[in-house]
Amino acid sequence: MGNVLLQYATVLMLSIFIGIEIVAKVPSILHTPLMSGSNAIHGVILVGSMIVLGNANTNLEEVLGFLAVLLATLNVVGGFVVTDRMLEMFKPKKKVEKKEEAAQ
Amino acid sequence: MSRDTLINLIYLFSATTFLLALKGLGSPKRARRGNVIAAIGMTVAIGATFFKYVDGHPLRHVGLIVLAMVIGVIVAVPTARLVQMTAMPQLVAIFNGVGGGAAALVSITEFMHIHSSNPATYITLEVLLGVLIGTVSFSGSAIAYAKLQELMTGRPVTYPGQQIFNGLMGLAALGFIVTMLVTGSMVLLWALLAVSFVLGIAFVLPIGGADVPVLISLLNSFTGLAVAASGFTLGSNLLIVAGTLVGASGILLTRLMSKAMGRSLANVLFSAFGSATTAGGAAAGEERPVRSASPEDVAVLLGLATKVVIIPGYGLAVAQAQHVLRELAEVLESKGIEVDYAIHPVAGRMPGHMNVLLAEANVPYEQLKEMDEANIELQTADVAIVVGANDTVNPAAKDDPGSPIYGMPIINADLAENVLFLKRSMRPGFAGIENELLYNPKTTLVFGDAKDTLTKMVAAVKQN
Repeated sequence: MGNVLLQYATVLMLSIFIGIEIVAKVPSILHTPLMSGSNAIHGVILVGSMIVLGNANTNLEEVLGFLAVLLATLNVVGGFVVTDRMLEMFKPKKKVEKKEEAAQ
Repeated sequence: MSRDTLINLIYLFSATTFLLALKGLGSPKRARRGNVIAAIGMTVAIGATFFKYVDGHPLRHVGLIVLAMVIGVIVAVPTARLVQMTAMPQLVAIFNGVGGGAAALVSITEFMHIHSSNPATYITLEVLLGVLIGTVSFSGSAIAYAKLQELMTGRPVTYPGQQIFNGLMGLAALGFIVTMLVTGSMVLLWALLAVSFVLGIAFVLPIGGADVPVLISLLNSFTGLAVAASGFTLGSNLLIVAGTLVGASGILLTRLMSKAMGRSLANVLFSAFGSATTAGGAAAGEERPVRSASPEDVAVLLGLATKVVIIPGYGLAVAQAQHVLRELAEVLESKGIEVDYAIHPVAGRMPGHMNVLLAEANVPYEQLKEMDEANIELQTADVAIVVGANDTVNPAAKDDPGSPIYGMPIINADLAENVLFLKRSMRPGFAGIENELLYNPKTTLVFGDAKDTLTKMVAAVKQN
């Protein structure tokens, strides 16, 4: 039991440092997409929601688990789609440049 | 290889994709691919979970799980696809809030499940932290949404005894947690849920609308931590890694954002307390003379310029005038006039929001100047055009220590020879602060809807 907790704590510590390290050098233009992207990533709670609903014994557990899966799905799907839409906006510039070059 | 090992290997793969995704999101070139990689990792993890054995039996209620997912997809995809780019920040707030809600629900449900078997104290603590943080994120995000969507006032909401009330709420939450750790009572879990819900609302109410993006970033980080807490309870490395990554990077991102506004995080979160009456500046209520002109008049001024700097703000996006603005810039350029855009780091409603909005209107990337560079360009500019911006050009941030935005770095529009201020009315900006720039002798106001005004300006410049 104690070993398992220790193992989780190790994972926790390493993740904290990696998390901080990764965003240390992000240009401010990308702050919003980064926030939105990490928003989608914490939607991984869907995996936890599935386990909880899949293990539900009572009606109350079923209702709460169902709600959890629903909310988590909104988080995951909405998060990724919104982020993709934001990042889409960074793309057309290249196309426009190319078009202009072609026109010249 | 056993089923469990295989699924855990798949989870390891997913956790790695999340890392690569966050790394990718930090660079403009790889950002989109990063997001796609994370989506793939997520899909794989969800798919694998369907085959997972929990407590020695396969997943039950698979039909219900699929049903909830289908409803979620049907709601989320059109919402995320169809919403206006200007409303992006509140959408992020909502999707973050539901994630926090889900994390709290997972913690509660899991606790009910294991409650009868007298779980170890540390498991109870993980559950309670998950409930507290997840619920605060949920209700806090809801209020943030209401503020951004203008369902309620964007001004800080303050009332007498607010600090005492918030303090009491925090103490109550702490008290419930300690008592529950000792007694393990189920009733107190519901009490904690209620207190956390109120705490989230009370925490967000005093924060001004202009600061809400920083707040969303903080709540995003909270949800990450709540997910990590659920991961501890469920014994899932995947949830711990993903949740902690988001939690840690989110806190740093929040600090970077408040730094871009020249404020400390504590100042953003608590500055409204006690300062509500002094905020607003000196000249409230007083009518002072301003200079205004028609779009046709100012077109003449523009025609004589050799260098123009455009300072766009959120109002530009609200008026949907990005495309007309680009047209104006192109017309000016065709006359040999140099045009740049000065982008304040928090222009729009979130850092980088304005870049996204202008990119949507096909404004060339090289013309977008970040604040420091823009302030150098402005020294030699003949005309600065302020469109839909207000607080980001407000000199009170430099001159008035009593102002709520004092210390925020601004774009020094008044460095230019002339300032054109496109404005709907004399109403103050999102932060609700009087702007001295409007009364500067260099400033000419052009009243009207930004899109109308710009269209008229384009026509008039063409004729000159």
